[in-house]
Amino acid sequence: MRDVSIVEPETGTKAESAASTNSIPDVRVSARAADRQPLTRNVVIDVRGLSVLYGDFLAVHDVTLPIYEQQITALIGPSGCGKSTVLRCFNRMNDLIPSAKVRGVIEYHGVDLYGDKVDPVEVRRRIGMVFQKPNPFPKSIYDNIAFGPSVLGFKGNMDDLVEESLRKAALWDEVKDKLDESGMAISGGQQQRLCIARAVATSPDVVLMDEPCSALDPISTLKIEELMLELKKEYSIIIVTHNMQQAARVSDKTAFFNVQVGEEGQRTGHLVEFSPTEELFTSPKQKDTEDYITGRFG
Amino acid sequence: MTQGSVDPGTKRVAIATSGARAATLAALQSSSQRDKVVHTVFISMMLFALGLALLGLASLIVYMAVEGGPRLEWGLLTGVPSTISPETAGFRTAILGTLYVVGGVVLLIVPLGVGAAIYMEEYADNSRWWNRLIELNIQNLAGVPSIVFGILGLAFIVRGPLSLGFVAASGSLTLALLVLPTVILAAREAIRAVPSSITDGSLALGATLWQTIKGQVLPSAIPGILTGIILAVARAIGEAAPLLLVGAVTFVTFNPKFFADGYSTLPVMIFQYANRPQDEFRILAAAGVIVMLILVLLMNSLAVWLRDRFERRW
Repeated sequence: MRDVSIVEPETGTKAESAASTNSIPDVRVSARAADRQPLTRNVVIDVRGLSVLYGDFLAVHDVTLPIYEQQITALIGPSGCGKSTVLRCFNRMNDLIPSAKVRGVIEYHGVDLYGDKVDPVEVRRRIGMVFQKPNPFPKSIYDNIAFGPSVLGFKGNMDDLVEESLRKAALWDEVKDKLDESGMAISGGQQQRLCIARAVATSPDVVLMDEPCSALDPISTLKIEELMLELKKEYSIIIVTHNMQQAARVSDKTAFFNVQVGEEGQRTGHLVEFSPTEELFTSPKQKDTEDYITGRFG
Repeated sequence: MTQGSVDPGTKRVAIATSGARAATLAALQSSSQRDKVVHTVFISMMLFALGLALLGLASLIVYMAVEGGPRLEWGLLTGVPSTISPETAGFRTAILGTLYVVGGVVLLIVPLGVGAAIYMEEYADNSRWWNRLIELNIQNLAGVPSIVFGILGLAFIVRGPLSLGFVAASGSLTLALLVLPTVILAAREAIRAVPSSITDGSLALGATLWQTIKGQVLPSAIPGILTGIILAVARAIGEAAPLLLVGAVTFVTFNPKFFADGYSTLPVMIFQYANRPQDEFRILAAAGVIVMLILVLLMNSLAVWLRDRFERRW
């Protein structure tokens, strides 16, 4: 049987706790000097029993894990274990794939994301996404950032918002003189930071990042990792990464996914372990986890 | 390489090296020789084909210029057609008729064609059989002969349900039906060419599908859509057969109106003049061809300028 270990859970306060029933008992952990985070933390996205099918193919099976506010949660695992599939469920991007079926419950601040009355457009306004390959729009840098807020009805000073977003993405100094130039004329690392600025311009609650650095060089990767550590003060970040060292460097909690091969050879992903990062990498509870992080497979 | 005090080992190496070089050179050269010949032959064939096409076009223009050139004057544009006095006859009503009819066509095909393309690409669920049927039929319509559309127009637009009569609007509607499949096909290709990473990025920001289409897809697709419209307009300007069936009367001496009276168009009028036995009329027809070519050139230039304006240099 799988043992999903979750340490330091604390369900949300007031109305949220009434809706999200977390059957895992509370366990308090004493604050470590290196871990300067508050002990009590809200759950922003609560996943229970999530399974995703593409037609008849079961891509990921029975995932249960809480995502905490203002933390970086990393999803790691070998190829095909369903990490990106799970990530795309959080902002309902799987809706765009006609054959995709989502089972289970994903609660965002206590509200079922896949409920009948929930509009996926509203979900995506609050849960933003940065993709693996930088995808700036074929517009100017200014218009790239301004597009989101303007279609969402932003009425304030757009110049200020663009500057603020670019500053948050640590890109302002590099592009402030060329805001009218094409968003595609800058380097790959800068493009990805532009996409991050674009994502935060709409003031989301949660930012999803699907292998944001896999297409970039090490220097850009480092800059973006520093950026993530800054951003987590304001946003909750969920990152899918193939790079274990990256997960170890930036994330607060890590979820390790693995592939199970069925009788007919179909590969289904499942959650093996979910722990605070330091614990997962130094003393993993599952053998699979240990094998993966020590490089025996992956 | 001095020979005297060199040991046999080095000499053998030198001979081997030069032999290897010679062999390599020969190998490289021989294939490039053959390649050069093939290359030249192929290029010549292509130039010949291009030359033939240009020759056809050039001979048309030269012949028309020689025949009708002397007849060119402003009176052609302002004069009213006449069968009695070719000296004062002009094309004014036909030019206006062409502009009205083609203007109407553009007004119809832009919203209908682009709208249909957007629906088929973005909203329609392709697993449904009726959507696939519609798609197949639109592709077939693009190949239907234009006279068939003339009959259709006569039956349903001039008479029948719409009963507009023999007016310029009927001509517009008929031609619009004729060129609509071309526009839909071109617009669909242009919309399809917008990478899904862009639409995904836009949707992930919380934009609705329509906001994404309006703000990202259409601006990127406009050059392709305009190309389709240019092709459609070029075809519509030159059509004579279907218009004959829907009332493009060959002799109209008054300025046309859109929903009333009769109308005529340049191709029809040229046809009429060219049929007359007198030489003066045939020269007039040639002059009319030049006028029409200039008109087509102007309209196409406008469309190409528009396309350039929207073409992103990203």
